[in-house]
Amino acid sequence: MAHDKDDYMIKVDALTKRYDRTVAVNDISFEVPKGQIVGFLGPNGAGKTTTMRILTCFMPPTEGSASVAGFDVLKSPMEVKKRIGYLPENPPVYPEMEVEEYLSFVGRLKGISSADLPARVSEVAERCAVADVRKKLISKLSKGYRQRVGLAQAIIHNPDVLILDEPTAGLDPKQIHETRDLIRSLAGVHTIILSTHILPEVEQTCDHVVIISRGKVVAKDSVQNLTSRLRGQEAVAVEVSGGAAAAIQQRLEQLAGVARVVPRENRHEAHTFEVESLPGQNVRAGLARAVVEAGWDLHELRPVAMSLEEVFLELTASEQKEGVQ
Amino acid sequence: MRSVLTICRKELKSYFSSPIAYLLMAMYAVIFGFFFWNAVGYFVNISFQAAMSGRSFPMDVNEMIIRPLLMNTSVIGLFLIPMISMRLFAEEKRSGTIELLLTSPVSDMAIILGKWLAAVALYACLLGISLLDVAFLFAYGNPDWKPMLIGYLGLLLQAGGLLAIGAFISTTTKNQIIAGGVTFGVCLLLWVFEWVAGYETTAWAAVMAYMSVVRHYEPFSKGVIDTKDVVYFASVIFFGLFLTARSLESLRWRA
Repeated sequence: MAHDKDDYMIKVDALTKRYDRTVAVNDISFEVPKGQIVGFLGPNGAGKTTTMRILTCFMPPTEGSASVAGFDVLKSPMEVKKRIGYLPENPPVYPEMEVEEYLSFVGRLKGISSADLPARVSEVAERCAVADVRKKLISKLSKGYRQRVGLAQAIIHNPDVLILDEPTAGLDPKQIHETRDLIRSLAGVHTIILSTHILPEVEQTCDHVVIISRGKVVAKDSVQNLTSRLRGQEAVAVEVSGGAAAAIQQRLEQLAGVARVVPRENRHEAHTFEVESLPGQNVRAGLARAVVEAGWDLHELRPVAMSLEEVFLELTASEQKEGVQ
Repeated sequence: MRSVLTICRKELKSYFSSPIAYLLMAMYAVIFGFFFWNAVGYFVNISFQAAMSGRSFPMDVNEMIIRPLLMNTSVIGLFLIPMISMRLFAEEKRSGTIELLLTSPVSDMAIILGKWLAAVALYACLLGISLLDVAFLFAYGNPDWKPMLIGYLGLLLQAGGLLAIGAFISTTTKNQIIAGGVTFGVCLLLWVFEWVAGYETTAWAAVMAYMSVVRHYEPFSKGVIDTKDVVYFASVIFFGLFLTARSLESLRWRA
């Protein structure tokens, strides 16, 4: 795949970052094709921010290499910085500045000529829907506006690559929706990496996803592939009383479509199990019938949403299986 | 060069859109005003005595008012400078805006120079206030402006050196109070080191005395530019900015 070399806007190769005692990022590699949005998914402390900070030349890697638009972050940081727009987790805004003043400052910092500056500032202010507060002090803005000012600052010099660290963190649902729309509209022209710990966010915004956990890449795939791998596998919590826990578990395991039964807790006479179904199977009706027919009492039957942790477990488990085959 | 000015302008704007610049200017105006009133009062007193005793001895405005005032300002500077330099980097580290600066296509040195120049410019504004008082001397007397100019030049050089050290200390912490406190301690030491020269003649006492800021300022207050004092202040500025650059670089490795 030698011809692909030029198509990748971001290349991360065997990147490792070690702090004093901890390893924040451990030998991760991935590529981002031009114009794509890649979701960087992982729980807090997985190494997302560290990877992004290395890509933005904020800090150097311990081992491995990373390049943006063909420029290495260690060898030509200035060239990389010119081509990158970065929105850290907390928008890097100066509260004592007005929005317009702040955007002009960042514009000059990024090397926009004085002649182009006013036009660029009003363009990004319009684009990020902060034009109505351009004369306001940033300290007076709500979190949602500040986030959008942060986004405006990241795109002011029209960078090839946008790196957004949890762009929707701390926003209300409406603002989250608007921010996602905005990010989607930026794809194509810009290549975007965005980090998040929210699974649906990746589904809604990204083309590709890199899942990272404890500093390691556990999965990288297109969003369609990932969701189809996870879709249909649902888990149901059942609370049953009137029988021995072992007997109930055994009965549930025999049902058609059930992949696994995990005992959760025993309270007085009631036993709770988590029943995982095989892909594409709905076992809830069958479960209820089986419990009642056995003469037990059904207290609760409730679907359990797959948490991010479980997605990881699922993915890592399935990868290991694939590895064995 | 453009990025140096961009950062310098932003820093100055930050100083003047927070109370800190006005607070410092007000404090300085009051303190300098007091010293001025004091010095002029003393001068008037002496000249009355001279007139009453009928003996005339030379009364020099430069020597009796301006020089002590400049020496006092040099010492007041030791107290004000930490308040100017403490926020330079500590504030950016605390609020996270340091990430914006360090991921922008500008060199570390441009960031440091921009901030340092802004701090020196604010100190120059403070000195500007003292000129309001000094203007009265020119209105009612006939002082020589050349030694005074040299005195002010020396004050700027002294502030440049101490602000460079303050900038370095500010890169080492997120806490402005700590940055200010440590800088104040260092400024104070660089002042009192001179005292050992009063009773000690050993080599280390000579070294300590050499490090004293006030000792190197004194010739300036008399209107004398001595190369060794200029070299001293230039090396303090260079050393301070160099440490700041190294510290900022290590911030990247440790961050």
